[in-house]
Amino acid sequence: MAKQHVTTTVNNDEFEFLCEPKASMLDVLRDELNLTGSKEGCATGDCGACSVVMDGRLVCSCLVLGVEMEGKSIETIEGMADGEKLHPLQQQFLDHAALQCGICTPGVLVAAKALLEKNPDPTETEVRYWLAGNLCRCTGYDKIIRAVMDAAKEMRAA
Amino acid sequence: MDNSMDVGYSADDKELKFVGKRTNRPDGVDKVTGRARFGADARLPGMLYGKILRSPHAHARIISIDTSKAEALSGVKAVVTRDDFEDRDSEFVPAGEMMVNYRDMVRNIMAREKVLYDGHAVAAVAATSVTIAKQALKLIDVQYEVLPHVIDVVEAMAPGAPLLHDDLFTDGVEPKPTKPSNVAKRLEFNMGDIASGFAEADEILEKTFDTKPVHQGYIEPHSCLASFSENGSAELWCSTQGQYLVRAHCSKLVGMEISKLRVTPSEIGGGFGGKTVVFIEPIALALSKKTYRPIKITMTRDEVFRSSGPTSGGNVRVKVGITKDGKIMACEAELKYQAGAFQGSSVQPGCMCAFAPYDVANVNVIGWDVLSNRPKVAAYRAPGAPISEYAVECVIDELAERIGMDPVDFRLKNAAKEGTQTAYGPKFGPVGFVEVLEATKALDHYKIPLGPNQGRGIGSGFWFNIGGETCVNLNVNEDGTLTLITGSPDIGGSRASMCNMAAEELGIDVGLINPIIADTSVLGFNFLSAGSRTTFACGLATIEAARNAIENMRKRVAQLWDIPLDAVVWEDGAARPASSNAGEFEPMTLPEIAKIAPKTGGPIAGHAEINAQGAGPGFGTHMVDVEVDKETGHVKVLRYTVIQDAGKAIHPSFVEGQYQGGAVQCIGWALNEEYVYGEDGRLQNSGFLDYRIPLASDLPMIDTKIVEVPNPNHPYGVRGVGETPIIPGLAAMSNAISNALGLRMSELPMSPPKVLKAIKEASV
Ligand code: FES
Ligand code: FES
Repeated sequence: MAKQHVTTTVNNDEFEFLCEPKASMLDVLRDELNLTGSKEGCATGDCGACSVVMDGRLVCSCLVLGVEMEGKSIETIEGMADGEKLHPLQQQFLDHAALQCGICTPGVLVAAKALLEKNPDPTETEVRYWLAGNLCRCTGYDKIIRAVMDAAKEMRAA
Repeated sequence: MDNSMDVGYSADDKELKFVGKRTNRPDGVDKVTGRARFGADARLPGMLYGKILRSPHAHARIISIDTSKAEALSGVKAVVTRDDFEDRDSEFVPAGEMMVNYRDMVRNIMAREKVLYDGHAVAAVAATSVTIAKQALKLIDVQYEVLPHVIDVVEAMAPGAPLLHDDLFTDGVEPKPTKPSNVAKRLEFNMGDIASGFAEADEILEKTFDTKPVHQGYIEPHSCLASFSENGSAELWCSTQGQYLVRAHCSKLVGMEISKLRVTPSEIGGGFGGKTVVFIEPIALALSKKTYRPIKITMTRDEVFRSSGPTSGGNVRVKVGITKDGKIMACEAELKYQAGAFQGSSVQPGCMCAFAPYDVANVNVIGWDVLSNRPKVAAYRAPGAPISEYAVECVIDELAERIGMDPVDFRLKNAAKEGTQTAYGPKFGPVGFVEVLEATKALDHYKIPLGPNQGRGIGSGFWFNIGGETCVNLNVNEDGTLTLITGSPDIGGSRASMCNMAAEELGIDVGLINPIIADTSVLGFNFLSAGSRTTFACGLATIEAARNAIENMRKRVAQLWDIPLDAVVWEDGAARPASSNAGEFEPMTLPEIAKIAPKTGGPIAGHAEINAQGAGPGFGTHMVDVEVDKETGHVKVLRYTVIQDAGKAIHPSFVEGQYQGGAVQCIGWALNEEYVYGEDGRLQNSGFLDYRIPLASDLPMIDTKIVEVPNPNHPYGVRGVGETPIIPGLAAMSNAISNALGLRMSELPMSPPKVLKAIKEASV
């Protein structure tokens, strides 16, 4: 099948590309746009390492087709910091040592940001259930949950 | 190790500025912004995509492989099969500290006479796109003669079981067998007189336990990018726990000189032992050698489960005899470990660790290394130890209960300490098991009352920790900053720990040190980031390199001041006269010395090349509270505390992280994780949906207690912390569930159907 023309916005930058009809958004982000911050842990929607926000909705980019990016606005990990200023979640992850290997981190951060935009004052249980789609094999989640709770607190105070 | 190094000053000797502090992680910002480059994040101009055809059979003879149709497909640039890898002799040769049989390895990376497991690589293609590469795989015609297979370890040992290799004769038995079998090896460890030990016991308990193979479950699939040059040299980028071992294996399998292969480790997205071996790397090199184009291969998650190296499942019989006042008199165990399709399970460390936590006079442990039609196993944190110690710790717990003794007191009474003779060889130096148990007893957690259907479980564990070959360079830059070059991939924050130690030695701010993980062309050989060796061994080399740099700077200053070297001391980041007798000189700081280096003899650096000895054993205990739903068999973890001797926590956050991550891997291994095979010998749960690792929503916070009994063989007392946390939790979980239900389980995973079955069986 012929490639399709797609126009989309990623982290406020406009992009145009020709998309293989079978390519996932994750493939496009990584291979076409060179935005390799989103990771592939499974390609089946089970690990959350590929999490991005599409028109305000948290999605697994491995489960969305590249052609579905047409006309949409996508936010990825690469757009999270503001210049050299890290997002409070990013800073709290560093302060809490909430990453070991760091492969899950971009997806966890994108998902946590989506949570705090919806619910600025989540309980520990709410954070745990929201992040249930993001697998981390290294940390046991303890420091991740603490970092998200503290970032929420910091953002509420700001 | 250089024994002239002054080791043994303990952390209390002076105020430590960086060691033991939660410093910034040098690679942190790149990892929270998506900038860090992991295995699959590299690309090169002209790159092709490699894909691997894998066996659909558990066991079959390969009659023929016809690749002509695939080769004819437009966009396909090369195909490799068994014919592209030269056969190797069957002998165990050293690769670093490991003994490797390249005849087996060449067959594991690409099947030769037979496919030996579902997922075994049979052929590989390189094409201009992943889509074309996948199409090409479908065009490869492989004719198989399907053979009977065997999956279970006990069945694989039975006479008449389907044979994987008809030239495998059990090693370590007398007389030498005349018939081949699936049993590669028998080993035995003995101490004292086991029969008289049992004769003196008042209570004897003998039980058999089963565990299933589990996968390390790192979130990053294996990925590599290989590029062969027409001049015969090659570059390889890959996600690995040891670039030097990758170089050793690949140069052997592809047939090239070691110096011609340059391996660069990417950032690594988890390994836990599973990235200590090679799978796709030699295949990518072989495809690149055929095309002279860069080849990228990335495993799918399905391939990771089917075709990388999970850890053994085991069948373990344990017999322990105690007196009625709780002294262990005799310990016996027989371990049958699955090796997968080629010999080399972790049964040996399993045997050695089994009873190591206890001071027992009479011990007998027998181990069997058994092949079956499963992927060849790889290490998974403390390889072998969790399986044997799980069984032992369940028996210990039940015996304590039988004589009405508190399980921590029982362990305290028998705990190994300095001077304890182990069954596997050495006498222990200073170890911290008693301190760990005392800290356990003192926890508030231990006093929290439990409700109905709730139970508390205790388990303990031991791991040797290791040292090994290590090189470090420390360059003093012109502006007074430093570049620290190590060869150990950083899986969980080790760069920060190295910088803490270097800064402490040099007396400068930790932020002035920039750490780099070197490719294989930069430093001499470095063993793997594995076995809990990195902070110990790479740390020793870092300290030695820093001391070497300091000595070189003192030399420059002594020459400048025209006084003897020993009249110049190093304090707080500056060279100073040792006393007023040495003369009146203003101290010279590190940046000042660096600035004038060209005039005092040229660039300044420190370096160390060591084989680190004297690793300090690590002991830990886990305490867990669970609640069992008797209707569904579901187990909920309510509270969890890890108590472990770190020797010295160089960076406490990352030590806690190792404890917490290990504990949660224990919870997964204990409750959910297992390889499920169908009758056809094919793996049925090769994805994260069906191979369920713990989620954030399954868990409580994981509390930690860092105990510090210094290792006298490291300047700051480091032992190593990564392995021990995966040992105690399996038994702690089992003991907790047993206590909640008032019955004893002896099989992992304790998934809801198995818990329900145990409840049902106990009620009839
Ligand atoms: S890669 Fe998308 S969920 Fe795992
Ligand atoms: S930090 Fe390694 S998977 Fe989360």
